Amino acid sequence: MTAFRFLVNGEPVEVDVPGMRRLLDVLREDLGLTGTKEGCGEGECGACTVILDGQVVDACLVPICQVDGGFVRTVEGLAHGPGEARRLDELQAAFLETGGAQCGICTPGMLMAARAYLDAGGGPDEGAIREAIAGNLCRCTGYTKIVEAIELAAGGGR
Amino acid sequence: MTTRTQPRRPAAPGPATGPPDALVLPPDTIAPGRANGRAPLRREGPAKLTGEAKYADDIVVPGAWYGATIRSTEPRARLRGLDLDDDFDWSRVVLVTAADIPGDNIVSLISDDQPVLVPVGGEIRHHAEPLALVAAPDRATLRAAKRAIAPRTEKLEPVFDPEASDHVFAQYAIDAGDPDAAFAEADLVVEGTYRVGHQEQLYIENQAMIAVPTDDGGVTVTGSLQCPYYVHKAMTRALRLTDRQARVVQAETGGGFGGKEEYPSIVALHAALLARRCGRPVRMVYDRHEDIVATTKRHPAIVRHRTGVRRDGTLVAQDIDVVMDGGAYCTLTPVVLSRGALHAGGPYRCPNVRIRARAARTNTPPNGAFRGFGAPQVEFAAETHLNRIAAELGLSPLDIRRRNVFRVGDVTPTGQVLRESVAGEEVLERAVEAAEFERERERTARGRAGHNGAGLVTGGPRAAGPAGAAAGIGLALGWHGAGGEPDPLATGPIRRATGIGLALGWHGAGFTGSGEVRLASVASLELAADGAIRVLTASTEMGQGTKTVFPQLVAAELGVPYEAVEIAAQDTAFVPDSGPTVASRTTMVVGGLLIKAARRLRAGVEARNPGRTFAEAYRADAAANGATRIDEQFEPYPGEPFDDTTYRGDAYPAFGWAACVARVAVDLDTGEVSVTDVVAADDVGRVVHPVLAEGQVEGGTLQAVGYATIEEMKVADGRYVNDRLATYLIPTALDAPRITSILVEAPFSGSPHGAKGLGELPMDVGAPAVVAAIHDATGAWITDLPATPERILVALGATAGPATAPPAEPAA
Repeated sequence: MTAFRFLVNGEPVEVDVPGMRRLLDVLREDLGLTGTKEGCGEGECGACTVILDGQVVDACLVPICQVDGGFVRTVEGLAHGPGEARRLDELQAAFLETGGAQCGICTPGMLMAARAYLDAGGGPDEGAIREAIAGNLCRCTGYTKIVEAIELAAGGGR
Repeated sequence: MTTRTQPRRPAAPGPATGPPDALVLPPDTIAPGRANGRAPLRREGPAKLTGEAKYADDIVVPGAWYGATIRSTEPRARLRGLDLDDDFDWSRVVLVTAADIPGDNIVSLISDDQPVLVPVGGEIRHHAEPLALVAAPDRATLRAAKRAIAPRTEKLEPVFDPEASDHVFAQYAIDAGDPDAAFAEADLVVEGTYRVGHQEQLYIENQAMIAVPTDDGGVTVTGSLQCPYYVHKAMTRALRLTDRQARVVQAETGGGFGGKEEYPSIVALHAALLARRCGRPVRMVYDRHEDIVATTKRHPAIVRHRTGVRRDGTLVAQDIDVVMDGGAYCTLTPVVLSRGALHAGGPYRCPNVRIRARAARTNTPPNGAFRGFGAPQVEFAAETHLNRIAAELGLSPLDIRRRNVFRVGDVTPTGQVLRESVAGEEVLERAVEAAEFERERERTARGRAGHNGAGLVTGGPRAAGPAGAAAGIGLALGWHGAGGEPDPLATGPIRRATGIGLALGWHGAGFTGSGEVRLASVASLELAADGAIRVLTASTEMGQGTKTVFPQLVAAELGVPYEAVEIAAQDTAFVPDSGPTVASRTTMVVGGLLIKAARRLRAGVEARNPGRTFAEAYRADAAANGATRIDEQFEPYPGEPFDDTTYRGDAYPAFGWAACVARVAVDLDTGEVSVTDVVAADDVGRVVHPVLAEGQVEGGTLQAVGYATIEEMKVADGRYVNDRLATYLIPTALDAPRITSILVEAPFSGSPHGAKGLGELPMDVGAPAVVAAIHDATGAWITDLPATPERILVALGATAGPATAPPAEPAA
């Protein structure tokens, strides 16, 4: 066991686990952050997408030893504000408005892929948005309303 | 191990979900659908968007062990015993075999053929069949225990061909008129055989269940499921529990599509058996590989058509033979087959019909429910066949449909008179208009005539951008990644053809035949003493919007805000049996019951408080008179009762109608199809929530596009070959077409709100529309789904190759 220290949604954490333990398991089981989902465990579905040091990664493919000293962002870090005053961020709000979340299991990963796209300056360009979420499978929506939501959050209106 | 975050706490979901209030929208955002006061935001949306929603695997249960299933590795064998490795310390785990099952060793559903676990001496009927269960305190021990168990078997000869199987699960005959006489007088008789394979539901959340033993000797299971009372019945029977001792709670469910209709009973039974054995909670969570290997798929089918038509395209006789592969156990096969038989002719008037349908057993994992439930298979065949007939007669696909589509007053092959809510013509016209079908079809036809005499677009070098645009015909291939970017591996000009295709479909709303009467569903509405208004049903939310639509319907009826209506958790300890959440029945049937319950509740309160509306009076009324609960039970819809033995009568209370126009681009060298855009028009009776309804149409359409193009489950020796998500592919955002959904409303008077089914409709028409578009592009008919590159290249070869010769236009 080794202690690994990193930031999760801005909060410092330390876990003492084997270095090859998956970031996904550390988030879900050691840190109790179950918003990040497991859909396939082999990097195909994108349900476990988080942002690691600004990069979109599948948390099922990242061993925790590679996260030491890093900054992880998960779905739990998107909404702002304390307690009762907590507010969805504009991307989450756009998903809620357009119907971009149905069963919701792909949603956290989809949001993080979209968040990274927006943070990198991505605009309301349908083709670029589809590229940005091409690693995230959704079986419910046909992607139409997800793309709409990201366009809306990118300032594209509807 | 140390952490510096909050310790994990057991989830304690409350009995009811209130409206989202802690997480409201920033004030400057627009909420479409909410602005007009009719379509509220998804009730559980904020929880899903923040990661707070608890799916089964997210629920923390202190002290829980991990469970696993020991499965067969042979398609058919006699189980002689289970060999346990003496080197393993068996005191560290618990093992459950068939001998430990306290009740009937049966997964209760339609037939009693499927065991919970194969007993020693029993027959193994598929390669993923459960033989034993094991639970351990941690995953590493569990893995070691699994490796230390080896089934001892005696091989038996498997059967993989449903047409060669001597065990028939169900068969049906539907007869109308005199087909033989009509064939003799027909101007043209066209025959065709169509085949479709397995399709995996591929909900993104795998099967998962947590079982907790209770003090009264019972078990509570919490998990991912569509039908709480199916699981409940299976538990009472196999575990010999009372109705009270067996408790089933739905966790947030990450997609179902039919895949969580019957299978969760097995997961729940397995988890519950282990939990009772070890006296502690057990988590049974499948990984993706196990989920694909073991769970149900859409039934493969072989459909043979022989159709007599007049020269003008009028259908005069249909002879249809449907064979479905049920897999190793009956599951829901008789009902799937029944729906398949009833929809086999398509939404067309034909006075002389003979339909024969049967489903047989094979030594492959059991097939079961999947969105569409038998209809997508037969409607692919019916629509593709009709398109071939039109081509033979030199008619357009649109004209032959206009001529034959059911209209009010027409009679189906079971003798059902379509008295109302018949919108086949309307969805057809709306779809073709929006897609500019006829104009596009003329353009693709000119393309075929003008370029090498075939449906070929020579787009110049691959780097030249949209091929269609370059050639001046067809559609521009500019959609997301289909064109534009230079391909560094290109060695020559791209040869790509574009085409447009049309399909029309129908889908019976609710359970087939007398199904709804037998279900006798109950939905309840409660006005609690504290003034809370609460919906009590077993109808589950799995993404389609139950938790939003039900409060919306009730609020509208009571004249109170959406936010004032709560919805109780889907927990068999609290909610009545509203029937399963399947068959596009939730909004129509259970929603209808809730509206009736709301009317009674409102009438009662307003009678006690003369001169005041329900909204004004209900809080004080509840405080003064205590709680009121209305239980509303299903009453038959108007119409002729269906006779399950003769297959005569009203097969469904109403039908939904769907049309789909698809545009494709086919790479003539690789055979790759890209579905570029789709227009889907669906009649749902009444739209309750436009955003959610469009979501159903878009999602169902993409599943149909996947079914048509890339979703192929390869089977070898009864085993799925591509049994991982890396090898069974579903469409990504880049594969998905742009989908335009058109909601059509032809209300059904039998339901108080006019609503019919929705969820399954788009699944029925997408695949034949895509295949018709492939034909329009290439001249090749694809008769076996999916239309893989391999099949397309073979079919192109059969048409002598579009690069050198025009597609053979069959003579009329």
